[in-house]
Amino acid sequence: MIRLEKRKEPSKFWRIANPFLAVALTMLAGAVMFAILGKDPIVAIRLIFFDPIFSETFGSYSRPQLLIKSAPLILIAVGLAIGFKANIWNIGAEGQYIIGALFGAGVALAFFPAPGWYIFPLMVVAGAFGGFLWAMIPAILKTRFNTNEILVSLLLVYVAEKILAAMALGLMRNPDIPGFPGSRDLRRYEAAHNAEIFANTGIHWGVVAALIAVIFAYAMMTRHMLGYHVRLAGQAPRAARFGGVSPARLVVICLGISGALAGLAGMFEVSGPGGQVRIEFASGYGFTAIIVAFLGRLNPIGIVLAGLLLGLTYIGGELSQMMLQLPSASIQVFQGMLLFFLLALDFQTNYRLRLTRGARA
Amino acid sequence: MRKPLLCLDGLTKAYPGVLANDDVSFEIGEGQVHALLGENGAGKSTLVKMIYGLVKPDTGQMTLRGQPYTPAQPSEARLNGVAMVFQHFSLFDALDVAENVALGMENPPALRDLARRIRDVSEEYGLPLDPSRLVGDLSAGERQRVEIVRCLLQDPKLLIMDEPTSVLTPQEVDVLFHTLRKLSAEGTAILYISHKLDEIRALCDEATILRGGRKVATCDPREKSSRELAELMVGQVLSPPERAERILGEVVLQVDKLSLASNNPFGTSLKDISFTLRAGEVLGIAGVAGNGQDELLLMLSGELPASAEQVKLKGQPIGHLGPNARRSLGLVAAPEERLGHAAAPDMSLTENALLSGAERKGLTKYGFIDWHATDAFAREIIARFDVRTPGPHVLARALSGGNLQKYVIGREIELDPDVIIVNQPTWGVDAAAAAFIRQALLDLASKGAAVLVISQDLDELLEVAESFAALNEGRLTAVRPAKGLSVEEIGLMMGGAHDMHPAHEGMA
Repeated sequence: MIRLEKRKEPSKFWRIANPFLAVALTMLAGAVMFAILGKDPIVAIRLIFFDPIFSETFGSYSRPQLLIKSAPLILIAVGLAIGFKANIWNIGAEGQYIIGALFGAGVALAFFPAPGWYIFPLMVVAGAFGGFLWAMIPAILKTRFNTNEILVSLLLVYVAEKILAAMALGLMRNPDIPGFPGSRDLRRYEAAHNAEIFANTGIHWGVVAALIAVIFAYAMMTRHMLGYHVRLAGQAPRAARFGGVSPARLVVICLGISGALAGLAGMFEVSGPGGQVRIEFASGYGFTAIIVAFLGRLNPIGIVLAGLLLGLTYIGGELSQMMLQLPSASIQVFQGMLLFFLLALDFQTNYRLRLTRGARA
Repeated sequence: MRKPLLCLDGLTKAYPGVLANDDVSFEIGEGQVHALLGENGAGKSTLVKMIYGLVKPDTGQMTLRGQPYTPAQPSEARLNGVAMVFQHFSLFDALDVAENVALGMENPPALRDLARRIRDVSEEYGLPLDPSRLVGDLSAGERQRVEIVRCLLQDPKLLIMDEPTSVLTPQEVDVLFHTLRKLSAEGTAILYISHKLDEIRALCDEATILRGGRKVATCDPREKSSRELAELMVGQVLSPPERAERILGEVVLQVDKLSLASNNPFGTSLKDISFTLRAGEVLGIAGVAGNGQDELLLMLSGELPASAEQVKLKGQPIGHLGPNARRSLGLVAAPEERLGHAAAPDMSLTENALLSGAERKGLTKYGFIDWHATDAFAREIIARFDVRTPGPHVLARALSGGNLQKYVIGREIELDPDVIIVNQPTWGVDAAAAAFIRQALLDLASKGAAVLVISQDLDELLEVAESFAALNEGRLTAVRPAKGLSVEEIGLMMGGAHDMHPAHEGMA
């Protein structure tokens, strides 16, 4: 007979090993899926996970792309992880990302076409503020009316998407090209352009911001009282209250930080790689970042690695779409499987399977 | 000599790393009230679990009425006439008494018949119980009666009782003892587990004392003094805590007509609480669990804030302040629940030192944690309070209950407070550690701190406190000097509203 037994202490080994195991299992299950679709599984896996970096033909294009795709994922996930540690579940980073982009673009479009060094910094502040503001809606509803932040933040994503569409078609539409949705291209407005800092590396200000955020989050979680309180509230809420943590304040802080970082990510995207406010601007970074946060074990360093990996699947996904005519949804299936396998495997961090010799009478 | 009912012969049970029972042998006679005495971790629970069929011995035999007895599970033990009343009740609040009793029976009769039998049995043994009442509305003492009646309905030959008096007022204890003596007179043997020596001497015919898993002695407890029994149990000579003569100083803590709703839907609201506490004073607050002790602690520690003027520390209104602001001003607290409230289970002892030590020990600068100083603080607590642990990096939940208790109480004492509030300071702690903690609290008082001890252990309160009050359904009695209070008076202060003694209602 097989029995499940709760471990006395969560296994450290499986905590570290599970993300790697989950990636391996995802590759395996993905290979099976590709085989069923009639594609060569080995070629497809190689195309997604290895060619973007190592291939001679694609590498020069896709290597810089890796940082461009990973930076927003890391930036958002670092913020989410802080909240997740405190059991505060911001699922709506995608919405905060959109609103941050709209705030940032709004500042740029308001100044257009004036030059000025101060415009870009102002956009950064506005982007963070936009995301913060959007996250304050679930925060205040939770602290005032005890609503569930998971539902509220998630539903606000769809509201944000509607606002994005309205902006792209209305207020922010490029007046110079009538009849087409979408704002001016910020990449052509020098004062507002989030350009590459070093040519052909993919390093733009968002990458720098992600790096700073990782360092700050690491310092906060290990050295600062706020990080201590976050961990305390997540592990032992009553002890946290004994330690003087105000639960409401923590909700506001955690949602505020993650919202501001998601807003920043949106702003860096719209003023750089994305270029303009378009209806299809949002590409799911806010949701994928949830996977990044979990795969990175809510640890800032882990999140960097997980962000790079999931950034890779974005690029590899595009590549395999191009080369093998794989459906575009297959990459989302991939990301979904990754989270699925990780959560399933995490079961053995807390439990062990044990074989017993028959049932006792 | 009575006819032996149950003989234990060489029972041994090992768990990884511990020998819980080592070659334990003794006999329980028919109709005998036999005490099983020992500190926490002496192996009482394991032994009883073997008798009740919850644990299988590694070696050794049991014989029940001359027949080999090897219960594989509790239902088999019950079929053989062995019943047990656990320390923690297994009752459902939302069901009534009869339904709860039916759930614990092998073949329950129709509920109407059962209700009649419950009424008969409870009257016969002097344990009044209404079968149609919801268990959620019963007091702890009444819940225990449900458990006892459930056992009695099965007509047991041996009744095992695990620390039955820890939830009772002195008057309720008397009623229980009356019942147990009647049962014993009718030929039911009782195995009575406790560490309260006076009770054992009052009730039991014979006592078996365990220490470190081994039997130390079997004796007649009435022929030994409580002191002798305690020393057998602990294996060392105990000295009662010393009280230096203290001169009481200024009033440092003042609570004025405070009423406060509980933050827990099943909690007890505080009603019109008033008291004062002087420097150097130890005030003991007694009461049966669930009468507002948790709420009182939360209110005083600042976790459940009140209005500013109703709580004053050295004349300054602090009712609205949170825990850290109160700590800075000199008021600290140690809650009852060690794991999860006074300490975070999955954090190290160093991290737990920070939990309440940050303010008074200056462990942070601009919010940044000085881990080096925090670690030193944790080591200081471990050294001074003799916490047995490999080091401050160990997780709080890896410590035994007694060790963790020493750590969390020690942490608060080390903060050198002006006022310290403790709830159940020695709960689940062995006798030597309990004496140590009480002594530390008294030392703190002699240095001029005001100490408020909330406890269900009357002996403890009378040992340390000079003034005494009781909580009952969220109300606090007037504070009285502890000297000269009789147990009878204390019982009335504690249990005025329990329906068991309608004749005694009101203050004596």
